[in-house]
Amino acid sequence: MKTVLFSILLLLMPVFGPFALAAEVNLYSARQEALIKPLLDRFTEQTGIQVNMVSAKDDTLIKRLESEGRNSPADLLLTADAGRLHRARELGVLAPVESTTLEQRIPASYRDPEGHWFGLSLRARPILYARDRVDPEQLSTYADLADPRWKGRICIRSSSNIYNQSLVAARIATHGEAETEAWARGLVGNFARPPQGGDRDQIKAAAAGQCDIAIANTYYLAAMLNDSQESERASAERLAVFWPDQDGSGVHVNVSGIGLTTAARNREQALRLMEFLVSDEAQRWYADTNHEYPVVEGIEPSDTLKAWGPFKPDGINLSELGRYNADALRLMDRVGWR
Amino acid sequence: MTNSLARPFRLPSPWRAGVILVALVLALPVLTVFGFVFQPAGEVWRHLADTVLKDYVFNSALLLLGVGLGTLFGGVSSAWLCSMCQFPGRRVFEWALLLPMAMPAYIIAYTYTGMLDFAGPVQTGLRDWFGWSYGDYWFPQIRSLGGAIVMLSLVLYPYVYLLARAAFLEQSICVLEVGRTLGAGAWTGFFRIALPLARPAVIAGLSLALMEALADYGTVQYFGVATFTTGIFRTWFGLGDAAAAAQLAALMMSFVFILIVLERWSRRQARYHHTSGRYRHLPRYQLRGWRAVAAFGLCLLPLLFGFLLPAGQLLAWAAQTAERTLDAEFLRLVWNSLGLAGAAALLAVLLGLFMAYGKRLRGSYGVAAAVRVAGMGYAVPGTVIAVGVLIPFAWIDNRIDAWMRASFDISTGLLLSGTLVALLFAYTVRFLAVSLQTVEAGLGKIKPSMDDAARSLGLPPNQVLARIHMPIMRGSLLTALLLVFVDVLKELPATLILRPFNFNTLAVRAFELASDERLAESATAALAIVLVGIIPVILLSRSITRARPGHE
Repeated sequence: MKTVLFSILLLLMPVFGPFALAAEVNLYSARQEALIKPLLDRFTEQTGIQVNMVSAKDDTLIKRLESEGRNSPADLLLTADAGRLHRARELGVLAPVESTTLEQRIPASYRDPEGHWFGLSLRARPILYARDRVDPEQLSTYADLADPRWKGRICIRSSSNIYNQSLVAARIATHGEAETEAWARGLVGNFARPPQGGDRDQIKAAAAGQCDIAIANTYYLAAMLNDSQESERASAERLAVFWPDQDGSGVHVNVSGIGLTTAARNREQALRLMEFLVSDEAQRWYADTNHEYPVVEGIEPSDTLKAWGPFKPDGINLSELGRYNADALRLMDRVGWR
Repeated sequence: MTNSLARPFRLPSPWRAGVILVALVLALPVLTVFGFVFQPAGEVWRHLADTVLKDYVFNSALLLLGVGLGTLFGGVSSAWLCSMCQFPGRRVFEWALLLPMAMPAYIIAYTYTGMLDFAGPVQTGLRDWFGWSYGDYWFPQIRSLGGAIVMLSLVLYPYVYLLARAAFLEQSICVLEVGRTLGAGAWTGFFRIALPLARPAVIAGLSLALMEALADYGTVQYFGVATFTTGIFRTWFGLGDAAAAAQLAALMMSFVFILIVLERWSRRQARYHHTSGRYRHLPRYQLRGWRAVAAFGLCLLPLLFGFLLPAGQLLAWAAQTAERTLDAEFLRLVWNSLGLAGAAALLAVLLGLFMAYGKRLRGSYGVAAAVRVAGMGYAVPGTVIAVGVLIPFAWIDNRIDAWMRASFDISTGLLLSGTLVALLFAYTVRFLAVSLQTVEAGLGKIKPSMDDAARSLGLPPNQVLARIHMPIMRGSLLTALLLVFVDVLKELPATLILRPFNFNTLAVRAFELASDERLAESATAALAIVLVGIIPVILLSRSITRARPGHE
């Protein structure tokens, strides 16, 4: 029995560990460890500030922040999409931040107007097409994908996925609900198969010929192009990127972003981490390692991204994605987007 | 088999109060979530009813039916063959059939998709070989309701197998021999004597499998099958409506509850303990020729598809990526997973034993209901339980903090939230049903006259438990330990949400990489879960065989 108690105590050690250190910052991260840890380690190296982290899904981390209230140990919330940051703000768990560095380096549409959250990296969701079966001349806009000539040719994942919810939310913000619903109905009618799998699966299905067009985030395609497995690279090489709506509202984009919590106790360290994440070094790391587009202008993207050329992103403020998220989900339920 | 139990001894009231108290504490997370039920959510319900609700009901019901049939067939047939028949390979199958249990459902789903998907090696190979292209041929769609049923059945049948096998091993051979003297052959002996006698154990295993299937999120979400679990998440987080989500969860749990009640009702007064105390070595049916081949095949099938194939694929992936994924940090993951799973398993089995024995001593409705409520957590998705733990823990912590600030001007911060205590509590809530069902099934097979004899000779209730029951049902206790251990090892959502800073487990690592669609890199962690799970599976399987009463 004693050994059991002892091992339980031993297990609890890591809980009390972090409180012993002086300079530290506590992070709730919806970006999983592998995608952010190297950057955080670099920060610790430079500043001596230890970063403690819990990674989980956005929604549940926000719930945790909300119920922990003013005693929450978290100083920062990092998410992989802007809609969630907006929701966190609405729930009152994010505090406004004033920082000229952040304001100067991040374009206005990629941060909260009142400084409750800031975008850190840009994720584009354009049209990917099979080189051998689609003439890019036929492609123009997202709206066009609802046209019956694409019947049975489009692959996209489930509406449970936040990227699709954000895509639809952005369209509601720009085109209104009725027009978006008609568009979504047409799009669903053109699906090659019931929505399933992740973004990479859509790319693979298009490469294998199950559909001609996949809608997916570009960093998945980029990661596949740089994969160590031959089969992944071969699939990805069969597809090309088309930037839709270049004469109109632009390509749908989302950001991964960060916000200071209202409960934050290590404000100063937290702010330093936020500013570090928009430094040239960190932005280049996002571009090179994760194949996301930097939010800071003038930072070169990775070679893979450069090959796809520049594009015009959708200019709406990304907090709109959060505002219309529930409407988007209902709309997708109504049109039978599973 | 039927008699009514006279209960001449009164349960000491501290014990009874203890059972009810523990049950209430463990019911806290479920009750917290159900508290949302009373908030009005009328308009969202209209929307759900108009659009997706019938999909949720239909898909969940079919999933339960399919997984129920699959696990029942796979589990019972292999358990019977391995405990009552002799055929080549039996001694290996005996423990190897448990191996799929160590495989997390979402991992097997990712793995099979990687292999069987349209773009996977199997279909690509077929297309290259025959010169087909899309639409030229038919191939089963892996990401579908049917696929989800197969995946879940493959990893969940061991629950039925394990409990059914323990029951077959614990059975007294006299009953079967009496059956034989009355003219029952091998098949009749199985269907009319052994199977009905093993019913509590089989049902216990089956309901565990069904509850797990109902609570599954990873597989159905990846396959794009709209079930209650995916619906709860969409409603709660996507539509931002906690009340409607809780009501969906309540509806889902009433499914399970009705099933359990129906089963209990159909048993009514029947009792399943063996009346003979004479045990001797089980004589096995010697199978030869095609029968032996059939038995071999029947046992190989679930093992092959539930373990060998996916583990082989994982191994191949792990070999490609091991140098990047194996480091010092990885050992820490293994240690964290082992420690958590071990602690949670001990806790859950101790509490399960306490409650099951309390119920046996004092079968009052209050105690019985408390025990039932405490076991509800298993059918609830892990995320829902986790949020149910999060809210009351944080509330209590904040209350204490506020009071300390007001009275002594000291801030205590969060005492329990974000610690391993909260995590262990969540595991106990979620997995108590596993130990409870197993222990109850074991206890149910011990004649009440044993209690009576021991008590009349002056042993107090706790001594009866420690000196009579626990040794007799060592097999069931070990089974319970093993089940909870492996379950916690695989557990994901509660671990993700509730864990402390800088604390990761194998399941977290495997899931994070797999969900980022980096399947090959997730293989090392997934394989480690399987390996860490296998060692206790083998050890315990041996003890279960040895734990047969009268053995040695």
